[in-house]
Amino acid sequence: MAKVATSKVESENAIEVRQMHKWYGEFHVLKNINLTVKRGERIVICGPSGSGKSTMIRCMNRLEEHQQGHILVDGIELTNDLKNIDAIRREVGMVFQHFNLFPHLTVLENCTLAPIWVRKTPKREAEEIAMKYLERVKIPEQALKYPGQLSGGQQQRVAIARSLCMNPRIMLFDEPTSALDPEMISEVLDTMIDLASTGMTMLCVTHEMGFARKVADRVIFMDGGEIIEENKPEEFFTNPQNERTKLFLSQILGH
Amino acid sequence: MSDAKSYEPGQHPSLPPPKNLVGWQRWVWDNLFGTVSNTVLTLLSVYLLYLIIPGMLDYFVLDAVISANSRAECAELGKGACWAFIGDRFQVFIYGFYPAELRWRPNLAFVLLFVALAPVLYDNIPFRKYGLMFSLAFPIIAGVLMVGGVFGLEPVDTRLFGGVLLTIVIGVTGITFSLPLGILLALGRYSNLPAIKIVCTVFIEFIRGVPLITLLFVASTMLSYFLPPGTSFDLLLRVLIMVTLFASAYMAEVIRGGLQSLPKGQFEAADAMGLKYWQTMRLIVLPQALKISIPGIVNTFIGLYKDTTLVIVIGMLDVLGVAKSAVSDPVWNGLSVEIYVFVAGFFFICCFGMSRYSMYLEKKLHTGHKR
Repeated sequence: MAKVATSKVESENAIEVRQMHKWYGEFHVLKNINLTVKRGERIVICGPSGSGKSTMIRCMNRLEEHQQGHILVDGIELTNDLKNIDAIRREVGMVFQHFNLFPHLTVLENCTLAPIWVRKTPKREAEEIAMKYLERVKIPEQALKYPGQLSGGQQQRVAIARSLCMNPRIMLFDEPTSALDPEMISEVLDTMIDLASTGMTMLCVTHEMGFARKVADRVIFMDGGEIIEENKPEEFFTNPQNERTKLFLSQILGH
Repeated sequence: MSDAKSYEPGQHPSLPPPKNLVGWQRWVWDNLFGTVSNTVLTLLSVYLLYLIIPGMLDYFVLDAVISANSRAECAELGKGACWAFIGDRFQVFIYGFYPAELRWRPNLAFVLLFVALAPVLYDNIPFRKYGLMFSLAFPIIAGVLMVGGVFGLEPVDTRLFGGVLLTIVIGVTGITFSLPLGILLALGRYSNLPAIKIVCTVFIEFIRGVPLITLLFVASTMLSYFLPPGTSFDLLLRVLIMVTLFASAYMAEVIRGGLQSLPKGQFEAADAMGLKYWQTMRLIVLPQALKISIPGIVNTFIGLYKDTTLVIVIGMLDVLGVAKSAVSDPVWNGLSVEIYVFVAGFFFICCFGMSRYSMYLEKKLHTGHKR
């Protein structure tokens, strides 16, 4: 059962999922998921809605619990052990579809909260780090505003900066652009492309196929709670193997 | 419009709104005379005010008597309200039967109450940190001052507490302790841990399902049956505990409403960052949930404050109790209007103050548009 949090030794794999299953009550949402993500690898996960792709990446920081199989993140196994969960969450950043910024805190406070309380970084230092990342996502001038005063695209960039402030080794993106107006999608994607260029390990659930082509090392297609197909983007788009993949691609690229 | 100009596409400047859309004329039009029915209602209201106000003014102010020694004297001096009665009874109204030579102690406690409240209510107070420490210590300081018995302060029996003094003691204690207790109960009921959830739910449902009067009777008579023989503690203390528990159950439900209105994403974002349960609650969840619940919380405060008058059923004389006993004073017999207007005025000022503060707070905590 519970393997102890093994080591801080650099494991080559950022994430290792082995024979993982998950149920919601009677409903089998994730079926025998096997996935290895190498350090620095950038993976795009796509699939029709309800295919379990969000659920899968939410399992990787224990926002959702899996019932069978193993998930190792950064060499640490996810179990019911709160110590392991905390250790993993410290190293894994997550960006949500609906940003989930804290509306009662300023942009800067949103960014410094976790470093101050989780990492125990001194406030001054945390603010310097936050400003660095806000500059990185190109909105340092909004630092003292509240999230409610920003546009959707700006909010999502703040959310990315907020995650980066924890200096994570892995970033999970759960449909980061699906709640945005079309003209704001590219500013968020540009930020993500910029992030990819730094060698961050990234798992993105997204339907932005242009983004997938540009930055992904691998594209994973899920349907019905299973990984149906995975391949290099080039191959994936030009030469899909599975019928369901072909159908999906024709649907989203068809017009 | 006659001065309509045409602009090149993309060149149209922002213009001021038309005159009849702004200013007090617009307000008057919108609110008073906009439609036929509005006009009729406005005129009718003005007529009603004309009928009522002069009479009230005469009775309460112009024909009122401020100093007199008895009701008969009052009646000779003027036809209006006999405020002299209130003046005569003022000390009892404020202090109940608190020994006259020791009244500086509740007075001091009352002044310190505001010193303790200031840093809690306003966050721009200088030295707020130290102020808050004082606020935390205030209940003990006030208790010591009022009851005495230590530091050479002469002990005062709590049965002598009465009037405004008693109302404020019960009201302020209930308000101060029911909020934190209510927060804990709400979190408990909202918790994932079944044992805690059940205990909190049962407590809330039981307390809410029983009238406050029943609880006060329990406090005054029945509690001594439940307690081990020989232990008896102060009736006022028992009442304070019951009032606090009663209010905290309501508080818990108000706050739970606030908790439930938070999007799940707030919890998820906090979890994903690695915040611990209490950090999440303190830094993320409660600031938002409490802000949403402000109207309900203040509503509960006001309800509690007015419910303190129920202690009369177990023989304690708060403002209303003192008023009632004053009505039957032979010298001033039958001056119930003045008395009840006075009591109503007292409660209104307190409750209206709370209400205004809550509006100020809501405005201050508003941080831009909701998504």
